[in-house]
Amino acid sequence: MLNTFKRMYKLTKGNRHLYGIAIVCTFIAVLIALVPPLVISFTLDNAILGYEPLTFVHRFFYNFIGAEFVRNNLWVPFILIVFLSILRSLAGYTNNRLQAATSENIIKDMRNKIYNHLQKLPYSYHVKAQTGELIQRATSDVENIRAFMAGQINEMIRTFLLAVIALIILFNLHVTLALVSTIVLPVMFIASYIFNKKMKAAFLKQDEKEGELFETIQENLTGVRVVRAFGRSSYEIEKFSKKNDEFRDLVANLFKVRAIYWMASDFAGFSQIAAILTLGSIFALNGELTIGTLIIFMLYGNNLVWPIRNMGRILADMGRMGVSFDRIDEILNEPIEEDEPNAKTPSLNENIVFENVTFAYEDEKKVLQNLNFEIKKGETIAILGATGSGKSTIMHLLLRLYDINIGNIKIGNVPIKEISKKHLREKIGLVLQEPFLYSRTINENLKMAKTEVLEAEILKAAKIAKVHEVIESFENKYETMLGERGVTLSGGQRQRVAIARTIIKNSEILIFDDSLSAVDTETDSQIRAELKERAAYITTIIISQRITTLKEADKIFVMEKGRIADIGTHEELIHKDGLYKKIWNIQSMLEEEMEDEKLVPFEKVGKETDGRDIKNASFNEMLDPSTEFDNETAGRDTKK
Amino acid sequence: MNEFEEQEYSKEFEFSLWKKLFFHLREHKNLVIKVAICFLGLAVVETVMPMFSQYAIDTFIVGGSLETLPSFLSLYFFFIFLFSFFVFGFVMNAGKLEGSVTHTIRKKAFARLQELSYSFFDTTPVGYITARLTSDAQRLGGTIAWALLEMVWSIAIMIFMIIVMLFHSPFLTLLVVLTMPILYLLTRFFRKLMLTNQRLIRKQNSKITAAFAEGINAARTTKTLIREQKNYEEFSDLTSGMRKLSIRATVLSAAFYPIIVLIANIVTGLVLWHGGVQFLDGEISIGTVSLFLSYGVLMFEPIQQIARVFSEVQSAQASAERTVALIETEPDIIDSEEAIEKYGSLLAPKQENWPIIKGDIKFENVSFSYKTGETVLENFNLHIKAGEKIALVGETGSGKSTIINLVCHFYEPTSGRILIDDIDYTEYSQILVQSNLGYVLQAPHLFNGTIMENIRYGKLEATDEEVKKAAEIVNATNFIEQLEHGFNTQVGEGGSKISTGEKQLISFARAILKNPKIFVLDEATSSIDTVTEQIIQKAVDKTLEGRTSFIVAHRLSTIRSSDRILVIKKGKILEQGSHKELLKEKGYYYDLYTNQFTKEESEKILGL
Repeated sequence: MLNTFKRMYKLTKGNRHLYGIAIVCTFIAVLIALVPPLVISFTLDNAILGYEPLTFVHRFFYNFIGAEFVRNNLWVPFILIVFLSILRSLAGYTNNRLQAATSENIIKDMRNKIYNHLQKLPYSYHVKAQTGELIQRATSDVENIRAFMAGQINEMIRTFLLAVIALIILFNLHVTLALVSTIVLPVMFIASYIFNKKMKAAFLKQDEKEGELFETIQENLTGVRVVRAFGRSSYEIEKFSKKNDEFRDLVANLFKVRAIYWMASDFAGFSQIAAILTLGSIFALNGELTIGTLIIFMLYGNNLVWPIRNMGRILADMGRMGVSFDRIDEILNEPIEEDEPNAKTPSLNENIVFENVTFAYEDEKKVLQNLNFEIKKGETIAILGATGSGKSTIMHLLLRLYDINIGNIKIGNVPIKEISKKHLREKIGLVLQEPFLYSRTINENLKMAKTEVLEAEILKAAKIAKVHEVIESFENKYETMLGERGVTLSGGQRQRVAIARTIIKNSEILIFDDSLSAVDTETDSQIRAELKERAAYITTIIISQRITTLKEADKIFVMEKGRIADIGTHEELIHKDGLYKKIWNIQSMLEEEMEDEKLVPFEKVGKETDGRDIKNASFNEMLDPSTEFDNETAGRDTKK
Repeated sequence: MNEFEEQEYSKEFEFSLWKKLFFHLREHKNLVIKVAICFLGLAVVETVMPMFSQYAIDTFIVGGSLETLPSFLSLYFFFIFLFSFFVFGFVMNAGKLEGSVTHTIRKKAFARLQELSYSFFDTTPVGYITARLTSDAQRLGGTIAWALLEMVWSIAIMIFMIIVMLFHSPFLTLLVVLTMPILYLLTRFFRKLMLTNQRLIRKQNSKITAAFAEGINAARTTKTLIREQKNYEEFSDLTSGMRKLSIRATVLSAAFYPIIVLIANIVTGLVLWHGGVQFLDGEISIGTVSLFLSYGVLMFEPIQQIARVFSEVQSAQASAERTVALIETEPDIIDSEEAIEKYGSLLAPKQENWPIIKGDIKFENVSFSYKTGETVLENFNLHIKAGEKIALVGETGSGKSTIINLVCHFYEPTSGRILIDDIDYTEYSQILVQSNLGYVLQAPHLFNGTIMENIRYGKLEATDEEVKKAAEIVNATNFIEQLEHGFNTQVGEGGSKISTGEKQLISFARAILKNPKIFVLDEATSSIDTVTEQIIQKAVDKTLEGRTSFIVAHRLSTIRSSDRILVIKKGKILEQGSHKELLKEKGYYYDLYTNQFTKEESEKILGL
């Protein structure tokens, strides 16, 4: 717990003076809050009943205002109480106001810090990250801390001050009665602490059961078609009822436990007041105590019991804070990626050379092995390879999303390790296979990659990426919202928007990481033709599984198991045994099959068939919208 | 704003709505009475408590006699006892009531959901329905058990205290009571401001959560676009907005509570002032002055409570509205009375009367349109002989799924008839048709539980042997036995712990265990490795043997092996025939086939 306080103290840095003032205000408010009972007792005892003053406060009133005067002008205590109350309100208000300002500042900074840290964590972190878990830490754990900083801590300070000052006054008035009035407090505090601790475990169990119940509901609803198709309605109701009953009984049971606790603690609280009243009456009868003082005891007694009970609850809650702190620190302690101070920013429109590049993701097996090749500036390179052959890794290395283990990559003779990451990512246009589109308008998405974009540039890029017409077909055109609150684009459309987005950013190298896979071959070749015309001087790397996409490249790299198995042009490769030829041969297989079926002559695939509107989509793309990806996470585990 | 957007609260208090809700909850009347009695009891005891101080001051201290002390003490403790007892009773029973109300709402809504037609689930998002059964039910339970009944306590205690006060001093009573309306109005006013602000905070909060989610999901894209700084600035705006709103929330309550305390102190001061005057005039005792001092403070609680309950009920009304609407939704497809009479209802089938279905299916001039008016099928005619294997091919939205849903009687034709074994299927009950149905979806849904339990879903009374046999038929035994716990392996939520291919095999076994006459298969499009695909292909072949089957086909092997291929476009049959026949036509099918061929083959080579 001490640790938790230490961390909280650290958080207040920069806001400490405000915190200090807030605490002073609390002190003042508590102090003033304790005066009205004294005014009441003075009025009753000294003014009305005419006893001698007991405490210095009473004496103060007695000497300065005068008992006789008050007796004849009973509006004076009224004014006094109202005045004190206003003072107290002001102090309380100021305290809360300052408290809120500081704690909200702290929380705002904390949120910003986490967000920014997450953004700056390396690519490798995000590949493995559990999205839901991270979001939970960034939201509910922060909220836990916020609730504590903004409210409960104040409550603790207030209760503590209240207890101390009230006890000092009470012990000054009558020691024995003061002892009686406080005896129940520690018991109450400990009982409350233990009870709330225990309850927390019970609540966890309740949450768990509730989760199970909700899961049953969720499962039934998502599987409703199966339920109906199997005619299992009554079975499902039975299954649900069991959980539903269980949960109801659990809730009822927990309330029973709580009922017992409340009963016991209320009994204790009232017994104490009864004890004060009875003993106080006896003392008063003996002349040791006045009526007004007795009333003070009863009022203070009431004012102390319930906040102390609450203290127990707050302390029981503190454990959770520590956990939240730990969970947030875990994120913040992950090292972020940063550019070296003297990183270079050379032109990237140069030859790219891979020298003996070997790479493994963390301690897994090698993905790239001793890779050697050169890409001349302005060339278009295509890479073909099976899943896991290392194609995407090449692009990860070029953007320094990961750093090479062994060997060297040079762009225009500058080793890549000396080039700024920011610069690389700025100047290399990369389109991922499952690009992420932000849930904003299409226009905003297109503008993402560059600070100042002209309307004309956007239109031009959208036209090159062959997505302009699609966008125009939407009701709000370029202002159409994407994502949850708007339109869901098909896989091909997303890819094309992402391509347009990348085109807008003046790149010196362009990489398409299988980012035309969901676009039909016809549009694919149109896009490539446009690009070629517009950016002939830009070095372009195209990764694809589709021969039609690859075949026009200046050079085609065929990758197998982390090595380059072959380099050549389309014409060269189709005459060499290997992966490329195999895939090329599929078409002849098809021809053979058609001949088997006695269907001649055969028309080549990929050629436009006139008048028909299906072009080159395959079954899956045409038939099923679910092949589209919602976001990057969909492909997260299959990557690498 | 769409119709499923959550509405936070509705405008006017709707009495009829609550009446409807209470009608659905009438079984808990006894519990309500118990809670109400406890609250009433509490009100009485709490009114009496300050009278003990009054008595003690007047009799013991001022009167100077301790004679009655023993009986005073026993009575006092009796009331403390009573108080504790009522506290116990009300917490326990209100807790029980809360649980029971939530329970009943969930039960009724869930039962209703089991009867609702497909059309309902097609148009209503799962998240929307779930919210009705979770948060709405919970909120109603809480509101009814605590808030509404606390009204009983609030009103009762106010009345009791006013009566006691009137008895002692009408003038002082007036002083106390007069401040009440001010207090009430102030509370309402602040509550409203706080609620509005609270809503803004919730909205802002979900924006922040969404921003976090996007920030994390987009992290990789963000890196390639160098958006970090801009994203951060935008995020900062959000958190600054949140900071402002949160501070405003605190300021509101920081202003509100002191004002309440101020009013309370004004009452105390007034009572002290005029009580003192009355005491000096000999009208009331000093004990009575202290009684009024206590009551003045005690009165604040119920007044604030009433104001709170009003706003709580108001915001719970939206929940009530949605819940009642769900419970009272009527299914679109209802079995005819004769059918229920003969074959039993969804929840109480009469299996003994069921005829044996052969599986001959005819569509006669079937038209179907959605409630929205969108027509999917028009004058559709089709005859499928028992045992025939049909592959449906066509674009998304062409009407394939509609045809399947019509066969399953999940939808009903808008006009025209569907005959099963030459009898209009509306003459059967839904459960009869669906019991003869094998159904495998492209994304197979498994329930949390073991593999055994999941397969047994097809036939609840099946023995372990039967289950294993069904698994054997679809060649699932191999992979199941390789798992550590074999058939007792937990599949996880939605089957998340096993692979897609394995899920498909289990869903085949589940369907086959049922031994249906009609089989519907929506084939998976997701890529699975070649070996699994072959196993699944075999499973499909075995499963469909001797049954009438409809396959929404995506894989060439499936299509090639079917008896008849229907190419569906815009609700019409564009081409039909066997694989060979259709290839010869060189039409739509031919194009699809050649493209799919290339795709499948290159996937095989590249190991996708």
